[in-house]
Amino acid sequence: MLQFTKAQTAGILGLVVLGLLFAVPNFLSDETRAGLPGFVPKSTISLGLDLQGGSHLLLKVDTDKVIEDRLKATMTDIRREMRPNRNASRERISIDNLAFNAETGEIRLRLADAGDLEEARVRVRDVTRGTGGGLGLGLRPYAVNATDSEIVVTMTQEAQTAYALEAVRDSIEVVRRRIDPAGNREVLIAPQGSDRIVVQVPGDDDPEALKAIINRTGQLSFHAVDQTVNVGNALSGLLPPGRSLCPQAEFDGVVRPGPQSGELCAPYEDGNYTLPPIVLMEDAEVTGDMVQTASASQNPDGFGFQINFEFDNRGARRFGDYTRNNIGSVFAIVLDGEIISAPTIQSAITTGSGRITGDFSPAEAAQTALLIRSGALPAELTTLEQRSVSATLGADSVRAGTYALIIGFVAVIIYMVLSYGRFGIYADMALIANVILIAGALSLLGSTLTLPGIAGIVLTIGMAVDANVLIFERIREELRSGKTPINAAETGYQKAWSAILDANVTTFFAALIMFLLGAGPVRGFAITLAVGVVTSVFTAYVLTRLFAGGYLISKRPKAIAL
Amino acid sequence: MFLKLVPDETAIKFTKMRMAALAMSAVLVVGSIGMLVTRGLNFGVDFTGGVTIEVADSEPIELQAVRDALGGLGLGSYEVTEIRDFADSEPAVLVRVAQQQEGDGEAESEAAELAQQEALQKVRDAMTALLGDGVEFRKEEVVGPTVSGELIQKGAMAVAFAIGMMLIYIWLRFEWQFSIGAIIALVHDVIITLGVFSLTGLEFNLSIIAAILTIVGYSMNDTVVVYDRVRENLRKFKQKPLDELLDVSVNDTLSRTVMTSVTTLLALASLAIFGGEVLRGFTLAMIWGILIGTYSSIFVASPVLLATGVKRDWSKQATAAATP
Repeated sequence: MLQFTKAQTAGILGLVVLGLLFAVPNFLSDETRAGLPGFVPKSTISLGLDLQGGSHLLLKVDTDKVIEDRLKATMTDIRREMRPNRNASRERISIDNLAFNAETGEIRLRLADAGDLEEARVRVRDVTRGTGGGLGLGLRPYAVNATDSEIVVTMTQEAQTAYALEAVRDSIEVVRRRIDPAGNREVLIAPQGSDRIVVQVPGDDDPEALKAIINRTGQLSFHAVDQTVNVGNALSGLLPPGRSLCPQAEFDGVVRPGPQSGELCAPYEDGNYTLPPIVLMEDAEVTGDMVQTASASQNPDGFGFQINFEFDNRGARRFGDYTRNNIGSVFAIVLDGEIISAPTIQSAITTGSGRITGDFSPAEAAQTALLIRSGALPAELTTLEQRSVSATLGADSVRAGTYALIIGFVAVIIYMVLSYGRFGIYADMALIANVILIAGALSLLGSTLTLPGIAGIVLTIGMAVDANVLIFERIREELRSGKTPINAAETGYQKAWSAILDANVTTFFAALIMFLLGAGPVRGFAITLAVGVVTSVFTAYVLTRLFAGGYLISKRPKAIAL
Repeated sequence: MFLKLVPDETAIKFTKMRMAALAMSAVLVVGSIGMLVTRGLNFGVDFTGGVTIEVADSEPIELQAVRDALGGLGLGSYEVTEIRDFADSEPAVLVRVAQQQEGDGEAESEAAELAQQEALQKVRDAMTALLGDGVEFRKEEVVGPTVSGELIQKGAMAVAFAIGMMLIYIWLRFEWQFSIGAIIALVHDVIITLGVFSLTGLEFNLSIIAAILTIVGYSMNDTVVVYDRVRENLRKFKQKPLDELLDVSVNDTLSRTVMTSVTTLLALASLAIFGGEVLRGFTLAMIWGILIGTYSSIFVASPVLLATGVKRDWSKQATAAATP
């Protein structure tokens, strides 16, 4: 039990050295680390947001709305399909009623003449075939069922799942382009569950600014302004079909309600805005997805800042056609339900690029350009949870955690020496090795150290000596029963094992459950606790035995102080 | 040795004290359940939903001024407490605002999540107006109704799951009687810890769940060490009456029990004193858990074996404990 072969000794000490090797990069500067040869481990423990400051956001993607939007678009397609086509090779099918029920997710088509049912069913099947997209090839996104008088269209479960997944994926891409446009920040943006996104941004960003840029839908469109409608009449509800009353953005930092679902414009209420609203055509001339890029710059011939944008080919052609035919009239650029600019068309713009001037501050111009450039979110994001810590509090926490760790460590070390003398020193060496191994293992796993994680390490230090206490108490008992030191140590290690194993397995279970079921901070604690349990069994049971065995076998003391 | 908290040979008649211990535990458990039913727990925003903001300023902050500033915002119930993260931190207050509205249906839930964000914004604006631009928002936590509901569920599940797993492990490693004793001790510890949180009104948040799970692990650890010795002594002293045998086992392991409690408490004391405000509730829960866990492994877990009885003939079974 107390004897180790040379190979075993080398293996045990080698493991500790390996731990040290993995732990060392944490104490080197970035430059030194970069200069190390390739075979040296370089991964370090990263500090959690609670230690370096930063924001954690849990966002919900409104996947239900994404699916609803698709169903509504499909309903429009069905309506169009019932009309005759251009060369009139297809006859009109008269619709008695076509409606979408958001509760059941059904589109119901009732025909004026039941005799058209078969023909209508064929056309509906045709138009709902789907275009692939997130759904696998050959799969139909819609189920079309005909009764005697009605055709009922529903989206299949697979399609709903696929579209929801696609919406989450697209949202992640858009959010990434918004908060990490250059792709050089250590941000984490990851899906969670079926409709959620976790965003973690380290650093001292203002969490409010972060949310402001993430939660904007970023829906951009260009509309013709209808100056024939009197704004006063429009305000009292007299609005011709196909027109919308849109408020003008005020860029004053006040958060106002956005547009209702399916509406183009945000609601205008008296006192809500100081600028008068504008009546515009609901159908967009050009939409945001045709904008290729956007940037902010100083306005060369005026005050303030402007946003420069460039259309793709399709957008350039449509914008060119529109401006050529409408010289002298006003058009509006609408972003998330508010008009950000309403210029008069001076000449045809066929270059495919343009600029938005207005009362922008540099920051607003930059943010708006970023919003346009990053594209629109498929659906609004709702913040379910937010946790932000400032960098100063983070630094304070690091300091406090370090103090607690060092003082707790020293206290336990002194106490062990006072209680067990020479064997206490062995236990303390094991304890130091244990902390090294924990640091090495955490670096190897690339795990994140949080404040609760530090607490886990401190606690592990207190509990890690338990195995040694069990062994040493056992050796004491064996010595009292008259055994020689070597025999007593031998038996002590042997008999203490079953208690050590049981005791540590139970703690490991507790840590495992915390890791599996716990959220954020709890997980950090669970990882260090679990790692600490495993390493402590090794250092307390094997490493101290190596030391104790070496001493007892080489010195053969007649009595030991324990 | 220089330091010996427990003398070498002790022969304390623990089982003789079991009636007194039973009475004390019964009073504590019943009292705790009573407290939990009548007073409940001071749940943090993790579980109730709502907003907490830690506001710091270079000047001392007047609590009453903060309360007055928040009073006019129409935020429902709120709390303002003075905190100091570390000895040399700037003066700070912790503002806690209750959940703004319930969110049951689909549409309401989105409105409820938004309402939390608006509440945060209002508090920030009010504090900036009150304290000027030098104000620092050191920490912000906003938990909406959806997430808080999930966290409660997960937390309760984790504790129940942990206890269940311990039960199975002990059952496999020992006999069912041991398993019952260990679980009674565990549930005893968890209930009394919850009772202490109810009594003191300390905030009960996610990290307290972590503390309770660790207490479960530690208490189990302690109980297992005693049980391990009981099993060993059952093999050694086949004729000894069970109560004497239990006393011998507890006495044998007493100095280890005390030693480990002391080292763990040393580490925890360091955390409590130097670890700052964030960890305080967690550390206090742990310290209490170590004390109650140590008590229960001696005074609850072994007397249960006396009540259930144990198998006395272990000779046929091969050594269950593996030796490396």
